[in-house]
Amino acid sequence: MTATANLASRLESALGAHHVITAEPELREYAIDGMVPSAIVRPATAQEAAEVVRFAITEKLAIVATGSRSKLDLGMPPARYDLALDMNALHDIAHFDPGDLTLSVDAGMPLRQLAKALAEKGQFLPLAVPCYETSTAAGALASGIDSIMRKQYGTARDFLIGAEFVDGKGALCKSGGRVVKNVTGYDLHKLLIGSLGTLAVITRLNFRTFTLPQAQGGHLACFSNLGGAAAYRHAIENSGLPLSNLETLSPEMVSLTAAVLRETNSELAARLDPGKWCVLGSFEGNEAVVPRIARDLQKLAHEAGAAGSEILDAASDATLGGVLREAFDWLRWISPGVALFRIVSPQSNPRDLADFLCVAQESSLRAALLVRAAGIFYFVLLAESEAESSLRTLEITAARVFALADAGQGHATLLHAPLKLKSRMNLWGPNRADLGMMQRVKHSFDPQNIFAPGRFVGGI
Amino acid sequence: MPASLLRELNSLLGSSNVLHKIEDLVLYEYDGSVEKARPDLVVFPHTTEDVSQIVKLAAKHNVPIVGRGSGTGLSGGALARGGGVMIVFARMNRILELDLENARAVVQPGVVNLDITRAVEHAGVYSAPDPSSQKSCTIGGNVAENAGGPHTLAYGVTVNHVTALELVLPDGEVVRVGSRHGDSPGYDLCGLFVGSEGTLALVTEITVKLTRKAEAVKTLLAIFDAVDDASRTVAEITARGITPAACEMVDGWTLCAIEDYIHAGFPRDSAAILLIEVEGLREAVEAQAAAVEDVCRAHHAREVRIAKDDRERDLLWKGRKNAFGALGRLAPCNYVLDGVIPRSKLPQALQQIQQIGKKYNFSIGNIFHAGDGNLHPIVLYDPRDPRQFENAIAASHEILSYCVELGGALTGEHGVGMEKNELMPLLFSDADFDLMRRVHDAFNPFSSLNPGKIFPLSKGCGEIRVRKQAEALPAKA
Repeated sequence: MTATANLASRLESALGAHHVITAEPELREYAIDGMVPSAIVRPATAQEAAEVVRFAITEKLAIVATGSRSKLDLGMPPARYDLALDMNALHDIAHFDPGDLTLSVDAGMPLRQLAKALAEKGQFLPLAVPCYETSTAAGALASGIDSIMRKQYGTARDFLIGAEFVDGKGALCKSGGRVVKNVTGYDLHKLLIGSLGTLAVITRLNFRTFTLPQAQGGHLACFSNLGGAAAYRHAIENSGLPLSNLETLSPEMVSLTAAVLRETNSELAARLDPGKWCVLGSFEGNEAVVPRIARDLQKLAHEAGAAGSEILDAASDATLGGVLREAFDWLRWISPGVALFRIVSPQSNPRDLADFLCVAQESSLRAALLVRAAGIFYFVLLAESEAESSLRTLEITAARVFALADAGQGHATLLHAPLKLKSRMNLWGPNRADLGMMQRVKHSFDPQNIFAPGRFVGGI
Repeated sequence: MPASLLRELNSLLGSSNVLHKIEDLVLYEYDGSVEKARPDLVVFPHTTEDVSQIVKLAAKHNVPIVGRGSGTGLSGGALARGGGVMIVFARMNRILELDLENARAVVQPGVVNLDITRAVEHAGVYSAPDPSSQKSCTIGGNVAENAGGPHTLAYGVTVNHVTALELVLPDGEVVRVGSRHGDSPGYDLCGLFVGSEGTLALVTEITVKLTRKAEAVKTLLAIFDAVDDASRTVAEITARGITPAACEMVDGWTLCAIEDYIHAGFPRDSAAILLIEVEGLREAVEAQAAAVEDVCRAHHAREVRIAKDDRERDLLWKGRKNAFGALGRLAPCNYVLDGVIPRSKLPQALQQIQQIGKKYNFSIGNIFHAGDGNLHPIVLYDPRDPRQFENAIAASHEILSYCVELGGALTGEHGVGMEKNELMPLLFSDADFDLMRRVHDAFNPFSSLNPGKIFPLSKGCGEIRVRKQAEALPAKA
């Protein structure tokens, strides 16, 4: 408490009263896994953000930069949490050069608002992340969470071309630039992706943008078993068809998705065949390409023995895709005890998926799988209560999930779990050999360890 | 150079893997850039363990180290600026594993870029980054420089295709970063090390993604009577959101040189050509090719040819990729620049380059990746005339400064190396350098690995100097 005693008055005198909030109800809104900051600071400019960081260095305070706060439960709660640095007041488009397809936005720019501005020029940013309606650009980037468009457009590392940020010495720094091809200096901005705010306070991000497609479409195929769904996916991958998204839902995931979908579109929900493995393919292109892909998918689904398949119109595809984009969000709250994993594994082996479901079955836990593109799948274990016995079952099963992922040359990350479970587990699985390298990076960016300490891999 | 180091390296690697005579070393004192620096010793490791032991021996003797692939680099990245031991990866050239099912290849750094594609193309896949030197440059060099190439317009540069690396740190420690299937937990260390120009670690193993070949491809050759028309065409293709797989520009003067050498069928009387390739599904390719042709004609293309078959397509690309060699026939030396500009600024940039050429009385050719604004002005000069050399450097600095002025960058794919490090303050502040230096020092604390690269050596720029080894490296017991 000594470090934070009279913090409000010192902050106010250093930064101005209008930037500082210490009222209890508002502080609680910035809680991370129950940890509440001592003050909230809302800088209006990048320079003010740097001043806050310098203040924190002098006062030995820990900072967590926040945007819409929709994904703060990713990672561990911070070991120390003095200041929430609310970046929402930095919310402008600094540069948008439609002719160059490049963009520079402030950290707190809401993605939804940005999409609207880009669409006016026929462009978009393929950062379709969960909690999309509220997410900010920097929050989405720092969370490292998957965009459902990654199959076609890659991850943020493929279209982030530069960044400005405050480092752990309180200096405003930059890397990269605003051109689409650039190898001048170290690519430090790539390190910020998925760093959970542990390296720097992002103030501005530069992206390349993309042209909105002329047409979009979707295709839904249902299979009576995993083998059929996997064979279909395999055929799609080998066909070279350029899909923008490809998602496989286990039967349990189909039920959960249908339940969410029923709230807004019961007709579409009814088209998800309960008890089946469903595969959604989304695609885009010109007026000739979209029907061609739809036809090819119908053919491939038929050849793979689909129990049913249908071409979806663009609106249905967008609705279903939207629900699946948000899966990370709604899965977190679907049951009293949820352990939600993101698992990377070789794309080639459907048997591995069955192994994960077996592990859940052996523990008598409900489980659902959502297989995304690029070897990523989400695996959720659902316990019916947060009672100690349920948590214990979750813990034992989660340990087996980590081991399975590891044995298959992949790795698992626990994205969400009850706090009690988080505190007992390493969310990133066993520490890897490159942890020491990451600690070196952390120390060079943040020598005083003031940014979100303890939130990241290996206690970084 | 301590004689004992030579003895120890001979004993470690065998004398056939160690060069120390001046007549051998001179072959390693240059690369594709205009710079020169001679190593004291050249060694050829065969394994990661060899590399680790070499590094440890060099550290013991306080001798700097530089890694090198084929030496095709264009920024002096693989030159021994501080002397010392040069580790040439030519004999670590094995493809260790092909995992076609998961579209990955695991290779040693000395594998030649094109050899990866040759090893996998039977399965309908290839390695996408395609620098012009892909027949001779190595994947290790590509990783160090984050190399690009014509087709990076659609497919991205080297970093977009690397998922894991094995590294040897300057103290000899061997570490692995990233993971075969990508998305490894934690910071994106692969993203940091790819393009770090050999200043943080030596790369001893690389896992690369393989890309499926497109169903259809069309290669268009658009011929223009005015450079301005060609550059406006590129700006409009970008603005219309057409993303070709490649969009290359060659000016008329350079075309004649290429045609004399390659006989690719380029017109000798045009002001510029665009070589544009579109790839994808048949339906998409048809529409894109038609759209590209529309834009070309709207900007007064004299003619738009479409390659009839693979042979014609290969010939056009042969002309493009061997252009630098063709220019070698015109002057004793050429200096290839690598500035980047926002694509909409292409017309004014090309005009300015010509102005600068006139000012210094040089012929400056342009052959470059127009689609992503990556310029390659080529200054032809005679290095035996010191004044010409000085002017070539001065002209290049003016061109690169102008790129920065337009909102661009110093290098799009060749790297900073020892060629552009003094220009870095045009882009970066003291605070930027301070952070980059801290990251550098976290891995390469004594600047023993590839000293004198990337960071400016002049004062006041948060510099990392080429340190005198005696004071830079820790005293050994």
